[in-house]
Amino acid sequence: MTSKTATFGLSCLVNGHKVEREIPSSRSLLDFIREDLGLKGTKEGCGEGECGACMVLVDGLAVNSCLMMAVQLHGKELVTIEGIKGKDGGLHPLQKTFMAEGAVQCGFCTPGLIIASEALLRRNPKATLEDIKLELAGNLCRCTGYEKVLSAVEKAKTAK
Amino acid sequence: MEKLSFVGKSLPRKDALIKATGRAQYAADRDFAGMLHAAAVRSPRPRIKILSISDKAARRVPGYVTLVTYKDIKGVNKWPVVMQDYPFLPQGEARFAGETVALVVADSARAAKKAAALVEIKYKELPSVADPLKALEKGSVKIYGKDNIVSSFVIKKGAVDKAFEKAAFTVEGEFSTNYQVHAYLETQGAVAVPEADGGMTVHSSTQCPFYVLDAVAAALALPYHKVKILQTVTGGGFGGKEDVPALVASHAALCAAKTGRPVKLIYGRKEDFQSMSKRHPGWARVAYAADKNGRITACRVKYVLDGGAYSTLSPIVLWRGTVHAAGPYKIANVDIQTYAAATNKVPCGAFRGFGQPQICFAQESLIDELAEKVGVDPVQFRLNNLLAPGDKTITGQKLNSSCGLKEVVQAVKRRSGWDKKVLSPKRQGDVVTGIGFSATYYGVGLGAKGRYLDRAGAFVNVYKDSSVTVNVGNTEMGQGALTVLAQITAETLNAPYDSVRVEEVDSSKVPDSGPTVASRTTLMSGNAIIEAATPIRERVFKTAYDMLIAEGADASKPMLAAGGLFSMGGKVVDFKKVAAGCWDRRQKMSEQGWYAAPRTTFKMEDGQGDAYVIYSYSADAAEVEVDLRTGVAKVKKIWAAYDVGKIVNPRLAMGQAQGGILQGMSWAMFENLVYKNGIMVNPNFTDYVIATTADKPEYDIIFIEKPYAEGPYKAKGMGEVPLIGVAPAVANAIKNACGARVRSVPLLPEKIWNEIKKG
Repeated sequence: MTSKTATFGLSCLVNGHKVEREIPSSRSLLDFIREDLGLKGTKEGCGEGECGACMVLVDGLAVNSCLMMAVQLHGKELVTIEGIKGKDGGLHPLQKTFMAEGAVQCGFCTPGLIIASEALLRRNPKATLEDIKLELAGNLCRCTGYEKVLSAVEKAKTAK
Repeated sequence: MEKLSFVGKSLPRKDALIKATGRAQYAADRDFAGMLHAAAVRSPRPRIKILSISDKAARRVPGYVTLVTYKDIKGVNKWPVVMQDYPFLPQGEARFAGETVALVVADSARAAKKAAALVEIKYKELPSVADPLKALEKGSVKIYGKDNIVSSFVIKKGAVDKAFEKAAFTVEGEFSTNYQVHAYLETQGAVAVPEADGGMTVHSSTQCPFYVLDAVAAALALPYHKVKILQTVTGGGFGGKEDVPALVASHAALCAAKTGRPVKLIYGRKEDFQSMSKRHPGWARVAYAADKNGRITACRVKYVLDGGAYSTLSPIVLWRGTVHAAGPYKIANVDIQTYAAATNKVPCGAFRGFGQPQICFAQESLIDELAEKVGVDPVQFRLNNLLAPGDKTITGQKLNSSCGLKEVVQAVKRRSGWDKKVLSPKRQGDVVTGIGFSATYYGVGLGAKGRYLDRAGAFVNVYKDSSVTVNVGNTEMGQGALTVLAQITAETLNAPYDSVRVEEVDSSKVPDSGPTVASRTTLMSGNAIIEAATPIRERVFKTAYDMLIAEGADASKPMLAAGGLFSMGGKVVDFKKVAAGCWDRRQKMSEQGWYAAPRTTFKMEDGQGDAYVIYSYSADAAEVEVDLRTGVAKVKKIWAAYDVGKIVNPRLAMGQAQGGILQGMSWAMFENLVYKNGIMVNPNFTDYVIATTADKPEYDIIFIEKPYAEGPYKAKGMGEVPLIGVAPAVANAIKNACGARVRSVPLLPEKIWNEIKKG
């Protein structure tokens, strides 16, 4: 119990800003985001990579931040829901379509769903409905029945 | 028809922006200066006698603060839920694996969890019961009272034995359903903050802030006015945040009271699975009799729910199941006997449908078998027997005109192309597609068994700048209450929708409004808002009239009020100006409202009475593909129609419907919580599977709005309705596709395959 925690000098880009922190090397990326950076928009739904609520973009790819160590972020770029913005600095098209379509209910899965959708549309702006279904199958939502989530992502394609 | 400006429109969700941008503050997102963290120490075995609890090893964890046990409870060690048999923290005996035995407080959540794992419970294992049917046997180990019966009801009407003797057709079957885990994406959590005067403020993720208030006040032995419950943004409930958040919040409050510092208690997913409430596993033996014309003459039901280790909400869950046990049909002779049995497993409670889905699966499956015996199409058979306005339910309640049951059945029959599809299941290679049907009814609100809680308050306050705040006692948990209640407020006051803000519940601002359950929020809080807003409306309308006259309006024309504007004889004034005018005249611009549900009755001896104030209705058709080689079934499409009265917000109602259908389908097809020797073996989303985007069927949903005179703008209740009939519709479709009658939910491939093999 008295063992000294090893620390690590982490340097990364968070939502466009350079961040340098000394962190325990055992810190998960999710805990780093929520506790050290105080960015509470990233949610913990399971802590085991099963639900997608904690998804963030690391170098543009969607990852479950509960399954990644914070030290793995070294030299990389992190975007959380707080960093998801439209070209004009306002709402991102996905945020607008999620709101307009009624894809938001309890909202706990919403940041993760928007991140996963953003990663998909960056990679494949012409994603088909089947592509979207497959990509979002790792993001659990217990409220919506997914219909409005899928239509929100479909509509955001043309808004991009 | 009344012209409405705000009710009946798909206005934007009030809380969508904060949720889509990640700014919404859920319980885990709230931090306070000096805050500590708690973690639960849990019983490892189904039933133990606790000999000692030691934190000797836990003390060595850096950041460890203290251990909290039953000894720290200043109040009565009984959680005040229906029957009060659940201690806040057990003293002598812990009754299920996963029960909180003690709590550890530390300066970080990591340290608290680490220390909790090091707390040593010395115990002696006691004999336990896992199977609810065995629990009811005479020779079983007794863990609850003298017979392990937590609760029991009957409905008796007519002469059932005689009706079965005389019947031209009879069917009988045994059915069972497994647990369902709520799987709200936000786990349970609370933050308790001690106040300078010895009081306690608790930030709680909950459907029922007043249950939390009852519990925290009882645990801390505080008067209610020193306890304040603030509902946090709540990440899904579905019934799972009805009763148990009170336990979680009380634990946080006990830790905060002992340390004198704010304490956060957030559940991990595994412990949430193991210890929080579930949908009861159900078992039922159902029998129907019909005469030669295919009229149902009698129904006999024995229905057992697995209550788990403590009674919690089992009595009222069972009661709802009892009242609806025979299905939405005219039946003169009924004999219904129901039991909730105690077992040494997780206590089961509320889950969307509340004791109805289990028995609905049984009776709606069996109705198909009866139709087959009679030789009538199953939808036509239902149409021949459905309840209609003026008919009496099995409790003897006469239905009023707000009953669209026949219309919803006919709508689904028509839209699904039933008549063609049912006769010719489509076969492509080894894959057969079939179609199945179900019809249900749902008593809105708490009904006779919960009638003392069936009231709600509201506070409406119009500020000088014309913005409006509304406080209610029912909660937003994702279903859209803040939005729907804002629409009702805007409509009543003729205030612009954007100017109305409904706040999350603060228990100190509104009287105890009962729980946010039973699809009662729109009806109860909606009516309370209307009562509060109506006198303000009168002042606003009178002032508007005076202002228009003062501006020279032609008073021979009537004043029109719509969309936040008042107009008369060519002059117009807006709500903002009128509100300022009211303030200038020193008028009272805030009011309290209250709504108590009309009287309901239920005689315990024979189950007769007016059980609920009003009913909602649904019909479902499911199209399902079955692979004959593997037994794998896939739900392709669900058609559904609902009569839930006036729809306040069509987009939100559609979201409730789609979400409810998928939850019902997921329960029917996939969700399989497994206990082995009294221990839950799959408390996670890898081994307990819920539906994803890849499983989503196509939806075809319509609403048939039968106005309810007592409802706010004629609305009834809808939250639970869409889930209830899905499982039997799917099971009936599987039968239609391949002849396999599976009598237990989930409808797993191996069960279907076994039935196919039997031929």
